[in-house]
Amino acid sequence: MSAAAEVLERPAKLEKKPNLLMRTLRQKQAKIGLALTLLVLAIALFGPLALPWLTGSTSTEFTGRPFTSTGLFGTDNLGRDVFSRFLDGGLKLLVYSALATGIGMLLGVVLGMVAAYSGRRLDGLLMRGNDVLLALPQLVFAMLAITVLGPQGWVLVLVIGVTHAPRVARVTRSAAAAVITEDYIRASEMYAVPRWKILLTEVLPNITGPLMVELGLRMTYSIGFVAALSFLGMGMQPPNADWGLMINENRIALVVQPWGVILPVLAIAVLTVGTNLLTDSLARASANINVGN
Amino acid sequence: MTATTTESSVITSALSVRDLDIFTEQDRQVLFGVEFDLQPGRILALVGESGSGKTTAGLACMGHFRKGLARGTGTITLGRSGTQNVLQMPQQELRALRGRHIAYVPQDPALSLNPAQRIGAQILEVLQIHGYGDSTAERRERVGQVLAEVGLKNDEAYQHRYPHQLSGGQQQRVGIAMAFACRPSVIVLDEPTTGLDVSTQALVLETIKELSERHQVAGLYITHDLAVVAELADEVAVMLRGRIVEHGSAREVLYSPQHDYTKALLDAVPDLEGCHQVGEVQAITSEQVQVQAHQIRQKLELPADAQPLLQVKNLALSYGAAKILNGINLSLDPGESMMLLGESGSGKTTLSRCVAGLNDDYTGTVALNGVELAPGTRKRTASQRQHIQYIFQSPFSSLNPRRTISESVEVPLVMAGVRSKSHRRDRVLEALDQVRLGKSYMDRRPGDLSGGERQRAAIARALVNAPSLLVCDEITSALDVSVQASILDLLRTIQAERQMSLLFVTHNIALARHISQRIAVLQQGKIVDYGHTDAVLENPQHEYTQQLLAHIPSF
Repeated sequence: MSAAAEVLERPAKLEKKPNLLMRTLRQKQAKIGLALTLLVLAIALFGPLALPWLTGSTSTEFTGRPFTSTGLFGTDNLGRDVFSRFLDGGLKLLVYSALATGIGMLLGVVLGMVAAYSGRRLDGLLMRGNDVLLALPQLVFAMLAITVLGPQGWVLVLVIGVTHAPRVARVTRSAAAAVITEDYIRASEMYAVPRWKILLTEVLPNITGPLMVELGLRMTYSIGFVAALSFLGMGMQPPNADWGLMINENRIALVVQPWGVILPVLAIAVLTVGTNLLTDSLARASANINVGN
Repeated sequence: MTATTTESSVITSALSVRDLDIFTEQDRQVLFGVEFDLQPGRILALVGESGSGKTTAGLACMGHFRKGLARGTGTITLGRSGTQNVLQMPQQELRALRGRHIAYVPQDPALSLNPAQRIGAQILEVLQIHGYGDSTAERRERVGQVLAEVGLKNDEAYQHRYPHQLSGGQQQRVGIAMAFACRPSVIVLDEPTTGLDVSTQALVLETIKELSERHQVAGLYITHDLAVVAELADEVAVMLRGRIVEHGSAREVLYSPQHDYTKALLDAVPDLEGCHQVGEVQAITSEQVQVQAHQIRQKLELPADAQPLLQVKNLALSYGAAKILNGINLSLDPGESMMLLGESGSGKTTLSRCVAGLNDDYTGTVALNGVELAPGTRKRTASQRQHIQYIFQSPFSSLNPRRTISESVEVPLVMAGVRSKSHRRDRVLEALDQVRLGKSYMDRRPGDLSGGERQRAAIARALVNAPSLLVCDEITSALDVSVQASILDLLRTIQAERQMSLLFVTHNIALARHISQRIAVLQQGKIVDYGHTDAVLENPQHEYTQQLLAHIPSF
């Protein structure tokens, strides 16, 4: 009895609770994810800066005859240095896909939360409108917009972002709908907290888990779409260096000059895996205070 | 040597637990040398508060350990299946054992039945898995038989129902039928009546008792409700922090408890007579009402015939054709405490939410100090919102898990326009002090708090604005009796200190003499009995109130 009482009376250890970032990074898979992401980001960011002096040529310069083995990874079908083009081709792709993901998440989260919270007619209206957009294949829609407006960067970003929004909205709505029935939402209602504030402070923090997963997924899709559109000739235009474009240009010579395809594919794959690992563990950390102990 | 001892226990007991220790994966011990025997045809009640390890012990009997627990040590032997220790059985044998020889009835029938499967098929499934009988026809016959045993209809149409087409009590009886289907020798019941109201509870308890006697099944009944124990159990084991501190026949333990903890536990149980004092503060009873209301009138310098604080007139609300509230009239004086009593579905929560402004589609009037209130809180003025505060039933859902306690508690202040941060912090601290949660709780999150602490925090949120009417919607029903006692204590103190009115909504009539001066009994959206607590309890006018009084389990 006395031992038990002692245990009870001993004040609980008041440790500083680790914040979200610390909890995320305490997980092994987060560390791996972060390392992979940073690796690709570093290539994309510092690659263009390092260009002429590291490889001896810029990304658009002709360094020799096609398909020779000059330079680290040889030359492509027009005789440009593959490694230079690889170093230069990531930045735009990443910036575009990050922006597109941001726009899509923002629009989708707002739309989904408003739909879930308002319920009834507005909900029906928003979500059925959403369904119409969902019925259009994303890539086809993007191609349509680019054909009309021309292959410019902002069109690419906007059209991919906007087509992400209905998909994000679906996920947000179902996650928010589960939270909205909780009593703490009703309590805020009772204190007449403004509706936008309820959404921002009560609902949003409680749906970060599914949203983080969605963020990772959308980032992956964005990278894929920008690369795919470039591959189809509707994204980045030659002679610009771009990973998607590189795959397209070099696929005809896959057997003769495999590096032109392998390098960008590898970079995109590693980035995708990395961001997914990272957002996955972020989702886990935001859902559970004690994760990674 | 060991063989002979086990053999002798086979004859006497259906299940015997010896020296059961269970550790978590972090090596923290949760059960300490738990021992008990279950006899055929008798029921052992395992009593304890949440976190005492009673469910862990019950599940260990079936060789099941919840996530985060390492396997236990000790011996658990079943009378029928021979001498093997359940704790060392391989998974395959455990699967054959569970449901066939030892069955389990979980707490919430709504969660434990498959919502997408008809109830007949669900019971049949158990029989099929364990190969009961020789043919499907025989099994079907058994399904009908067992449904009749638990007092349900057993025709084809009833068996084709889905769980959502049954009431809570019926669902629980289907759960019991499932457990009894294979004629097990031991049955573990984990608080099967917690979610049910008294009349349904009485029926379910009767079913359990009758079945275990008739079929000589040994029962382990896990509960925190001592009144139920008195109704049902032959033997009682009281658990405290993973140990059995007292064990004996129900009569001995309940009427002459030896251990201090058992005594404290028994003292915390509210009784209808109001004989023993729950908690330390004097109860609010109808004897006080005259004096107090009078005193308050004087204090507030109101004329004797002043308007009541809260007046509800002809309040009605319906969802489609279903009338939830049907012309409610009641009034509440300043400083008065009223109990709103009713079973689930009687409309008591709806009524209290109409008063608090959470439901805005009612007709009729709700007036505060003679001024009619708008239906929804958003349309009420800030001071009207301040005066009426509502506390939710479940403390697990009423606090945002992502915000600290002080962030949650200060919401009413922010909305009332208290701009200064330090001022708000002081008020929050004051409110937390009032509910006996110190400064250390301010920056903690609800996840780190126990149910009782969370409910205190929720009460602090309601008190922070100094309301004149506190609407408490079943605020103790999710809590242990001792926590309930301390919450009642708290409310009584606050009421006496602040001259606050209390609308206490509950289904537990036993609380009446502990918290209320007046009582209103609600049935199907109508007030059927209304008056001073003593008058209603001693001389119930309506048949329904009489029925409620007859069904309370007590000892």
